[in-house]
Amino acid sequence: MSTQSKNLTPTKDPSIDLDAEFQTSNIQEVLDKLDQELIGLIPVKTRIRETAALLLVDRVRKQLGLSAGAPSLHMCFTGNPGTGKTTVALRMAEILHRLGYVREGHLVSVTRDDLVGQYIGHTAPKTKEVIKKAMGGVLFIDEAYYLYKPENERDYGAESIEILLQTMENNREDLVVILAGYKDRMDKFFHSNPGMRSRIAHHIDFPDYGADELVAIAKLMLASQNYCFSEAGEEAFGKYIRLRMKSEHFANARSVRNALDRARLRQANRLFSGTKKSLSKIDLMTLEAEDILASRVFLENTVDSLPNTKKTNK
Amino acid sequence: MMTNSGNLLTQGQFSFLPPLTDKQISAQLKYALKNGWAIGIEYTDDPHPRNTYWEMFGNPMFDLKDPAGILMEINSCRKTFPNHYIRVTAFNSTRGVESPTMSYIVNRPKKEPGFGLVRHEGAGRSISYTIHSYATDKPEAERY
Repeated sequence: MSTQSKNLTPTKDPSIDLDAEFQTSNIQEVLDKLDQELIGLIPVKTRIRETAALLLVDRVRKQLGLSAGAPSLHMCFTGNPGTGKTTVALRMAEILHRLGYVREGHLVSVTRDDLVGQYIGHTAPKTKEVIKKAMGGVLFIDEAYYLYKPENERDYGAESIEILLQTMENNREDLVVILAGYKDRMDKFFHSNPGMRSRIAHHIDFPDYGADELVAIAKLMLASQNYCFSEAGEEAFGKYIRLRMKSEHFANARSVRNALDRARLRQANRLFSGTKKSLSKIDLMTLEAEDILASRVFLENTVDSLPNTKKTNK
Repeated sequence: MMTNSGNLLTQGQFSFLPPLTDKQISAQLKYALKNGWAIGIEYTDDPHPRNTYWEMFGNPMFDLKDPAGILMEINSCRKTFPNHYIRVTAFNSTRGVESPTMSYIVNRPKKEPGFGLVRHEGAGRSISYTIHSYATDKPEAERY
């Protein structure tokens, strides 16, 4: 095998059907699921597709004796809150498992607390334990920039980063590290840890969702909970989302989930206090416009616009 | 229990076989992990069969999925104690079992002097027998 890879004369090798290889890996199933369950996120999906293609081609190459060493697959996900970083990380673990890049395909999700110790000598064993748990799968470090606190030079975060770097380099085939966080803070983090930046090959940026995408996400979320919008309800939710997007602390899909939870609350209350005592299955499933229009977001907006109306009145 | 013809210590599983390769160790670890057993790495330089409690190297490892992490620990233990006995134990915490279910040596000293038979004359003409490891004549940490 090694002699073959050294003289790369294109001998007549048995050709390999890439399509058949693709079929057997079941990767299409995962990618389809990704397409269905994740709305938008085009750059992310493209990158995942590329990664999948690379791993597949790599596997085929290996069959022909063209080994190239395991590609480094450590990743960094940047994006605003609620843009699906954790969800994609979970999917990533599954995809990498299907392609045989990681052996187990589980996801270990940690934050600073799980990695950094509280006293001298506490950090290394703690970080190592987490790494050992993640071996054979994906280690997902949420809000990774908290690991490094430049304002405190006695902070133990740096020690943890050092151990991580070492494992990322030496145990490349054992585990994949995915860092996640807000874009600007991650940039700062990488700026102060150039070693980390250079060891991460894939930087994927998660864009914010548009209003229509958020409505589509809401419908998906409801479907998974056996709820649905009435027609008026969907329209009202579209209006709600447009208002909510402008307000503070908007966290994309997470805000949608919270809004839906509150809407379910109101729906339950409406059904309970309503006069209609015999409820059909449809009644129990449907979120009406009034469940959404009762939201505080609409109230606040009217408060804001009150001075305007007064002016026009005068 | 005692030394065999090859003069190798035979304690635990697989001890009459040639030393396990890393790949074989991984396979055994995988079996233990599949059963949900916690894995510990222990070392000693006192190979007496009654020496049940060896020193632990690091903490016992719970909830792992993949043997790679344990192999990493084994290798770092081998690096720290290249001339000690190192064994891997798998602990089954199931209620009612609560004891090690696997134990095998993964590292041994280059030269194992073995055991001698010690005769102790008691009252009358009675003699009691015991074994004594030649290695333990020397103080701890200088034995191998």
